[in-house]
Amino acid sequence: MSEETTFFLDGEPIPFTAGQTILQAAHAAGRYIPHLCWHPDYKPHGSCRLCTVSIGGRSVPACATQASEGLEVANRTPELDDARRMLLQMLFVEGNHFCPSCEKSGQCLLQATAYELGMMGPHFDHFYPNRPVDASHPDVLLDFNRCILCSLCEQASARDGKFVFVMGGRGMRGRKVIINSASGRLADTDFALTDRAANVCPVGVILKKRVGFSVPYGQRRYDRAPVSVAQAQEASRE
Amino acid sequence: MNDVRKLRIATTSLAGCFGCHMSLLDIDERLFTLLELVEFDRTPLTDIKRCGACDIGLIEGGVCNAENVHVLREFRKNCKILVAVGACAVNGGLPAQRNHLDLRDILEAVYETEGGLARGAHIPNDPELPLPLNQVHPIHEVVKVDYFLPGCPPSGDAIWKFLSDLIAGRTPTLGHDLLHYD
Ligand code: SF4
Ligand code: SF4
Ligand code: FES
Repeated sequence: MSEETTFFLDGEPIPFTAGQTILQAAHAAGRYIPHLCWHPDYKPHGSCRLCTVSIGGRSVPACATQASEGLEVANRTPELDDARRMLLQMLFVEGNHFCPSCEKSGQCLLQATAYELGMMGPHFDHFYPNRPVDASHPDVLLDFNRCILCSLCEQASARDGKFVFVMGGRGMRGRKVIINSASGRLADTDFALTDRAANVCPVGVILKKRVGFSVPYGQRRYDRAPVSVAQAQEASRE
Repeated sequence: MNDVRKLRIATTSLAGCFGCHMSLLDIDERLFTLLELVEFDRTPLTDIKRCGACDIGLIEGGVCNAENVHVLREFRKNCKILVAVGACAVNGGLPAQRNHLDLRDILEAVYETEGGLARGAHIPNDPELPLPLNQVHPIHEVVKVDYFLPGCPPSGDAIWKFLSDLIAGRTPTLGHDLLHYD
């Protein structure tokens, strides 16, 4: 019976229920598959490709691939982690990731994932994008220069019933998050700090005002434990 | 022990704040252990002005002006292994946050329009001054870099772990407690 609902992640059996993706099941079992655009509460977006695993030599996104019985999934192999490191390097140079001055540092999933994968440097040339920041809202600051286009804000805001954030545009430089108001400013929406969307950004784009840097260095979320350990602990508490 | 040739290390600060050099001093009494293995060539610690043939070059700071380019190339030419030390050398760091601003606007703001300036203050134009670049760049965009040691600054412990790995001939790695970008 149990054989019918088990797949193997790097040789370890992972139980799953019908319809679960590889990443969902692994996450629930406290096993870490690197990911950035996936969040347990939302539909897989499949854009960051950090969760790429290998099944029979084929690379697939774990967040968007259904688990099936007996599947042998390779996850933390040196080859896959090399590819993930390169994806991270590309994400870093496509934005302005000046961690020392970023309020999200220490609690940022992009940064924590780069630590997990031992990313020492950016390798590629930097784009240094120049996207406007939006400080119009009394409680929240937006700095899209750090956006990794994961769409989680869009999904969360849809769940809030507010549709404040919408993915728009095309292409590497054209694609962006748009604020859904006539002026394009956050202040002219009904966005509130209590919204799901205010708390979902994995990087330092959607930031609460007046709380930045309030957790001392060394005690921030991913100072305490690497992301792989932190997520396993959180999953076991759920 | 004395017949083992000591490794030669050079260090410099380009567009950096010297925080990484201060952090190097934070390896504290391990400096004595280090000095049994290495000797310093050009570095602010020796005040030697030109870089000779070296095994390891440690570069703090990004590239913000013509002199930075010159020094960086001198290091690359003379050092077998070049290391980008700290956030500024790795990705431009805080100085690169001027990259989306117009250079002339910045110079005017700093030297001509800010409050508290002396009457008649103007943008310095002495020919001895290195020309600023339009943008600040990490050093790997100018020369080949062999290793990156991130952090703002990397902690003394991170520098120590990195250097001991490198000197022992291992690929330097930093675990969870030592790898920081901030
Ligand atoms: S969003 Fe994350 S990776 Fe980017 S600057 Fe902030 S802490 Fe660093
Ligand atoms: S703003 Fe944040 S949550 Fe929204 S797409 Fe960008 S990175 Fe994702
Ligand atoms: S988490 Fe699967 S593609 Fe981003």
